[in-house]
Amino acid sequence: MKNRITQFIVFFIFWLALTWPFNLQDVCAGALVSLIAIGLTRDLFPEEMVKFLNPVRVLWAILYFVYLIHYIIIANFDVAYRVIHPALPIHPGIVRVKTSLKSEMARTMLANSITLTPGTLSVDMVGDNYYIHWINIFTDDPEKQRQIIISKFEWMLRRVFE
Amino acid sequence: MSDNVAIGFVLVGVIFDLLGCLGLIRLPDVYNRLQAATKSVTLGTCMILFGIFLEFGFTSGGIKALICALFILFTSPTAAHALARGSHVSGFKLWEGSVMDKLEEDKSKEDKGE
Repeated sequence: MKNRITQFIVFFIFWLALTWPFNLQDVCAGALVSLIAIGLTRDLFPEEMVKFLNPVRVLWAILYFVYLIHYIIIANFDVAYRVIHPALPIHPGIVRVKTSLKSEMARTMLANSITLTPGTLSVDMVGDNYYIHWINIFTDDPEKQRQIIISKFEWMLRRVFE
Repeated sequence: MSDNVAIGFVLVGVIFDLLGCLGLIRLPDVYNRLQAATKSVTLGTCMILFGIFLEFGFTSGGIKALICALFILFTSPTAAHALARGSHVSGFKLWEGSVMDKLEEDKSKEDKGE
């Protein structure tokens, strides 16, 4: 039941954003359409969204978003530097790092975040291991690689999802 | 004032998109190209859409631009991941200057183990 309520809230907010600026008719139609959509998509909606009924998690999610944007901007200057540099300073390769996150959604978010941060792109995931294409490998030590690539997100994602 | 900020956002966004395209041409293999394309295009396009939001404010168009930016932020890395994985599964080799390929190593280990 809690799951359905979360689903309703998400759909309803999305509808209101799409029909902005809304009036009473839009709100009534939105409530009706959201109810129908819940029936259609109940299997597709991730169960873990229930966790966002807790305001502390929402707050951490917003903080995480800001934190991520900061890294996306750094990543873009990194790409700009590599692309403009005449000598093309890259040492690419695929490395393996192990995650300690358990929740499915946290893992998905981590993979997405890895792709958006400086020099890394998640290629595959097998069991607990991420295979990451790294544009500038400067260390062979797996523990150090792990720290550089995913530790900066893991502690925050743990607060959001676990 | 707000107009100028909006135009600034759009301009910087276009510059990042342009750099992404440059990376698409200059970098050697599919994985490196995806790196440049995903990062630059995500931020570039989100900035253009955010500029549109600043220009139009809380109107029908402005809010829709924000929603689009959010969608790009979520879907673009997923698409890049799918493309990279697809390329690796179907056997595209890494650029010859690459340092290591742990995924290939682990895969061949698994094949030998069977």
